[in-house]
Amino acid sequence: MTSLIETTDLTRILHETVPVTLVRDVTLNIGEREFVAVTGPSGSGKSSLLYLLGLLDRPTAGTIKVRGRDAEPMSEQERAATRLANIGFVFQFHFLLPEFTARENVEIPMRKFARLSRAEMRERATTLLSSLGLEDHLHKRPDQLSGGQRQRVAVARALANDPPLILADEPTGSLDSRSSEQVFAILEALVNQHGKTVVAVTHDLDMAARMHRRIHLVDGRISEEEGANPEF
Amino acid sequence: MHLILDIAWTHIAGRGRQTFVAIVGVAVGVGFSIAMAALMQGGQDDFVRQLVDTMPHVEVSDEQRSARRQPAEAVFEVAAISGLRPRDDRRGIINPTAAQAWLEEWIPGRFAARLNAEGVIRYSGREVGAVVIGIDPEREASVSPIVEDFREGSFDALTAGGNNVVIGDTMASRLGAGLGDTITAVSSEGLTRNFKIVGLFHTGTTARDEGEAYVLAKNAQILSNRPNAINRISIKLDDPNAAPTIARRVEAELGYKAVAWQEANESILEALVVRNVIMYTVVAAIMLVAGFGIFNIISTITHEKARDIAIMKSLGFSEADMRRLFVLEGVAIGGAGSLFGWALGFSITYALSLVHFEIAATGQEMTRLPIAWSMLHYLIATASALGSAAIAGYLPARRAAHLNPVDIIRGAT
Repeated sequence: MTSLIETTDLTRILHETVPVTLVRDVTLNIGEREFVAVTGPSGSGKSSLLYLLGLLDRPTAGTIKVRGRDAEPMSEQERAATRLANIGFVFQFHFLLPEFTARENVEIPMRKFARLSRAEMRERATTLLSSLGLEDHLHKRPDQLSGGQRQRVAVARALANDPPLILADEPTGSLDSRSSEQVFAILEALVNQHGKTVVAVTHDLDMAARMHRRIHLVDGRISEEEGANPEF
Repeated sequence: MHLILDIAWTHIAGRGRQTFVAIVGVAVGVGFSIAMAALMQGGQDDFVRQLVDTMPHVEVSDEQRSARRQPAEAVFEVAAISGLRPRDDRRGIINPTAAQAWLEEWIPGRFAARLNAEGVIRYSGREVGAVVIGIDPEREASVSPIVEDFREGSFDALTAGGNNVVIGDTMASRLGAGLGDTITAVSSEGLTRNFKIVGLFHTGTTARDEGEAYVLAKNAQILSNRPNAINRISIKLDDPNAAPTIARRVEAELGYKAVAWQEANESILEALVVRNVIMYTVVAAIMLVAGFGIFNIISTITHEKARDIAIMKSLGFSEADMRRLFVLEGVAIGGAGSLFGWALGFSITYALSLVHFEIAATGQEMTRLPIAWSMLHYLIATASALGSAAIAGYLPARRAAHLNPVDIIRGAT
């Protein structure tokens, strides 16, 4: 199995009046086609770890490698380009751009990546949204969609550039149980049917139990891990 | 870039009223800058044109820039001369025929030789101090601006026979003389001669209209007891801007002081430069004020769109993209304002060009404001507006680009 993301002694300390350690000495290896749950109590550093893995934040110490490439010496521009090509984010709140329609929101990462023609982008966005049951909502703006629909648009947007890694920060946290189940099923299908790797932060232990691998954090450290791939 | 443009458009279109106010601010700034520049430049052009038209482009006089060197100074490096009593040379350009022949060969324009003699004009017990100018009427007509200012008669009338004179209408009224009357000219040598008035001119310049009397060159030479002498050569060039070069060459060859019109009016031209600097400083100040409007709206947008900035960064947009986005928004407002400003500036300039007014001093001439229609004014105003807009956009854009997406996402969740 190929390693997608590899961290060694990853530490993130917030240097405020009193330094706060968000993540401490986390060593992880996440490969392709993994469905990983990151659990832990509030303030345990789950989201902070996710932002570090997604190159949105820089570690205080330790290293992160994305597909074998060390992120530490990367410029801000290179980190942005790495995110664009390799990582899709899904947040607890949909975080769609409110002025654009569902399809335009999905097209934005593709337009930034600029690997397809406009017609191909439009077609891919339509296909992605349709596959998530949103074919009737292509031209609606986020404020015209329900919470579940918005989150599915956010998933489609995360998949726009066909990245191998999806990082989801409590993707079902603000949804009702029916919508949560729909979104979870989509994430599961991404791993099982499309060969993506999904790392999801969740408070829902039942949901975590249905995922391949569980990493439990307490005070920024990995306190428990289940289902780790023996190849690593 | 298309994507950045689309996002920028949604931002500024989403704040319609504020964007409109910022655009109006820039438009007013650009419009008034254009109108002001047109008026100032027009005034300057008109002034310089009058200067160039009314003055000889190069005037050669029988003076030298520095005292003539003693022969001993030319031979020895160090020479002490004492008890010197310089010879009292008779003034005038030496060998005027050869000098004129040389000028005739190469001067790209026309020239006229003169003899200016100080004197007094008398008529019926009244006296007026005047410069009696001896001219060749045909040549003088080709260089003198007075040709177009004759109220009665012309330079040609001087050649009609007898001792004729042409004077300014103000001098005529001060003397109480009119066309056909005979006046008496008294030179500084004490010689007198009678002249019949055959022409009256009015240039609008008091010094000329009151203090110049034109006679044939030979009459002036007789009056001042300087046969065949000339002491001025006025040159009008086909290209007035070539005057300094021509003046240098003439001075080097003839050895007499040759003054180009630019040199003669150096302080005035410098004052015009200072005036332009002041004008463009005011333009910059207007644009700075317009820039505050843009700064205000872009700052508001970056504040309101902090979450969108975080989202875009998480999607793979870089800091440079964010900077580009908000600078583009500022420049777009500046560009739109400039376009409306062009229309406004054109309208104001056109309206100014229609303004008629009467010169109070004479009550005779109807005139308009001097306006210069120049694309350069539009381009300068636009460049100032876009520059100001880019800076006004860049400051909040830089702040937006440095926003930490994690802080914003955490704050939102």
